Amino acid sequence: MGRGFFSRGFRGRRRHTEGDARIPPGQYLVDGFPVLSAGPTPRTPLSEWSFTIRGEVDEPKSLSWEEFSALPSEEITRDIHCVTKWSKLGTTWEGVSIDTLLEGVDTAAEYVVAFCDGGYTTNLPLEDLTGGRAWIAHTYEGEPLAPEHGGPARLLVPHLYFWKSAKWVRGLKLVGVDEPGFWESLGYHNYGDPWREQRYWGD
Amino acid sequence: MAPRRLTWRIGEVAETSPQTPRTKSLFLDVPDWEGHRAGQHVDVRLTAEDGYQAQRSYSIASAPEDGRVELLVERLDDGEVSPYLTDELRAGDGLELRGPIGGWFAWEAREGGPLLLVAGGSGIAPLMAMIRHHKAAGSETPVRLLFSSRSYDEVIFREELESLAAENNALRITHTLTRSTPPNWTGYARRIDEDMLGEVAFSPEERPLAFVCGPTPLVETVATALVGLGHDPVRVKTERFGPTGG
Repeated sequence: MGRGFFSRGFRGRRRHTEGDARIPPGQYLVDGFPVLSAGPTPRTPLSEWSFTIRGEVDEPKSLSWEEFSALPSEEITRDIHCVTKWSKLGTTWEGVSIDTLLEGVDTAAEYVVAFCDGGYTTNLPLEDLTGGRAWIAHTYEGEPLAPEHGGPARLLVPHLYFWKSAKWVRGLKLVGVDEPGFWESLGYHNYGDPWREQRYWGD
Repeated sequence: MAPRRLTWRIGEVAETSPQTPRTKSLFLDVPDWEGHRAGQHVDVRLTAEDGYQAQRSYSIASAPEDGRVELLVERLDDGEVSPYLTDELRAGDGLELRGPIGGWFAWEAREGGPLLLVAGGSGIAPLMAMIRHHKAAGSETPVRLLFSSRSYDEVIFREELESLAAENNALRITHTLTRSTPPNWTGYARRIDEDMLGEVAFSPEERPLAFVCGPTPLVETVATALVGLGHDPVRVKTERFGPTGG
């Protein structure tokens, strides 16, 4: 559908900048940082915060905020793409690589469910979280991550649509069988590759 | 909901109707529209003659029972898509869209309530769909709407809301005006805060189902205040219109 269709009188506002090649299909650039979430912003005190790796692992692992903060952090500069169509280029974060968090964890699992304060979940293949492609981020543009943007810590998986970068993340459940998460159960794509415009079921 | 592919299709603009100085309703005939749940949205795609495309999301303001799909568009002066929709698009034009999308921020009469709706500006759109659906379904669920607008002239759907509330005891509407008020205005004249919600909202014991839609600062304030008043966070659903809706 839509082949040959055009919108009468629409010209669009093209930028023709060198950033063009970095914007996936159907996305547009923003300068601000829009907030999107399904419910109230959770506020867990750091003294009660922990990060847990459980599921199909030999031994579950849980870190306090102090233990998590003591792990080596990396600076990450990446473009991010939200399924609601905005993209933001060159955002800078600091966080702990998932590779670091999974050190010493033995598993045969191929999938992961990230779970969060507030009950939010999102699912990903384990291989999308390893190999230097995902982090637990605690700092954004040099400042501690604000609660409305997912602070104290959020998953950061910039090569997928940004709902996969779960806010208020509290841990990873490693599973053998893929389990659709919150948005993935509500009509959004199971994998969410912005370059293949995988927004919704069937895309 | 069974997985199905959301294909692009072309709706025809049947009518356009200004709502306020900055907003306009588009009424669309969409072939084979299978219906939606109140609160859902569609993606709209514009295509220039040379193939250049731009996409945005717009909430559906019509009830599922209405024959036409109504989209409410707020004109953003520096936007790429909204000025086209408000200034250029006219009856008879085609508009490419796909949907309905979104299964979370949605309400059906059989889900009951009571229903607490809090809107800021054009955030009224998905909540209007719920209010219209409430009426069309003959629901007796108590509904309260707290609606924040900048001024009296910028209250979107003002006359329709007034007549809906006048004919239906189950619907109570409270306005607050944040920038200017008409002479003799006796209503609220400030941004929504916890005190206002405490006065207007159902009590936490009544376990309302809350839908909050508007700009991010309003949604953050309202959702945080509702939790602070003792409402169950699981029953507070939010949708935010950033400053970048285009």
